[in-house]
Amino acid sequence: MSLMNVFRISGSAVSAQSQRLNVVASNLANAEAVAGPDGQTYKARQVVFQSQPTPDGSAGVRVASVVEDSAPARKVFEPAHPMADTEGYVAQSNVNVVEEMVNMISASRSYQNNVEVMNTARSLLQKTLQMGL
Amino acid sequence: MSSRLTQALEFHSQALLLRAERQKVLASNIANADTPGYVSRDFDFRSALSQATAALPAEPAGAATARPPGAVLPAATHPGHAGAAAGGPGARVDSTVLKYRVTEQPSLDGNSVDLDRERANFADNAVRYEAGLRFINGTVRTILSAIRGE
Repeated sequence: MSLMNVFRISGSAVSAQSQRLNVVASNLANAEAVAGPDGQTYKARQVVFQSQPTPDGSAGVRVASVVEDSAPARKVFEPAHPMADTEGYVAQSNVNVVEEMVNMISASRSYQNNVEVMNTARSLLQKTLQMGL
Repeated sequence: MSSRLTQALEFHSQALLLRAERQKVLASNIANADTPGYVSRDFDFRSALSQATAALPAEPAGAATARPPGAVLPAATHPGHAGAAAGGPGARVDSTVLKYRVTEQPSLDGNSVDLDRERANFADNAVRYEAGLRFINGTVRTILSAIRGE
């Protein structure tokens, strides 16, 4: 029954988008972070989506990996800060807040789209179950 | 006789199966709207339906008269068996039938999903699926009222 597969496909997309949203939340939370537990500055993370083909021609989606942004850390001039270097600069995370906000909106729209798809499939299946009544 | 009763249902059931199949393909397009390098896919419903309905038995009544009385039909347990046309290989869309959609606004990451178009196609397909269901319900109701003689 291919309508059942719609739930599998859209479910995989919803899960992938929520993981993307998680990563965005982590990036935004650490936007001002100076150093992590390892003493290094926080690096922005991005998810990499990959389609997951099935033998019947359709494709779900999964998060293949989470990669770290290689952009240099942001330097803020704060001579009074305890972690400032000899020139008075503090290294902060390389998170671009504007980019993350755009990412968040895109993820939430995609999430909503896939929920809508599942709702449609559900109502179609319900009507199919009542066929001939 | 019973096959003649339900002959009208066969066509609509094939159409319904294909609609469900297309719904699945469109769902996977929407699911992969953010996947880099994914190409949007769809199939030609008209040709798929005519291909599926061509596999249906054309004249079941003629075949029935040619059979000696009391003959037992062999069970068709595989779509390749003779006489296993109805519901068997008909409404099946394999990956060779799926075509790539030509995009109007190509994106830098190689993804060719136009979300507006996919959403529109998805809604359109859902309505047509429901229409197919209504056809079947109407046919069933007609047959039932003929049986009951109301």
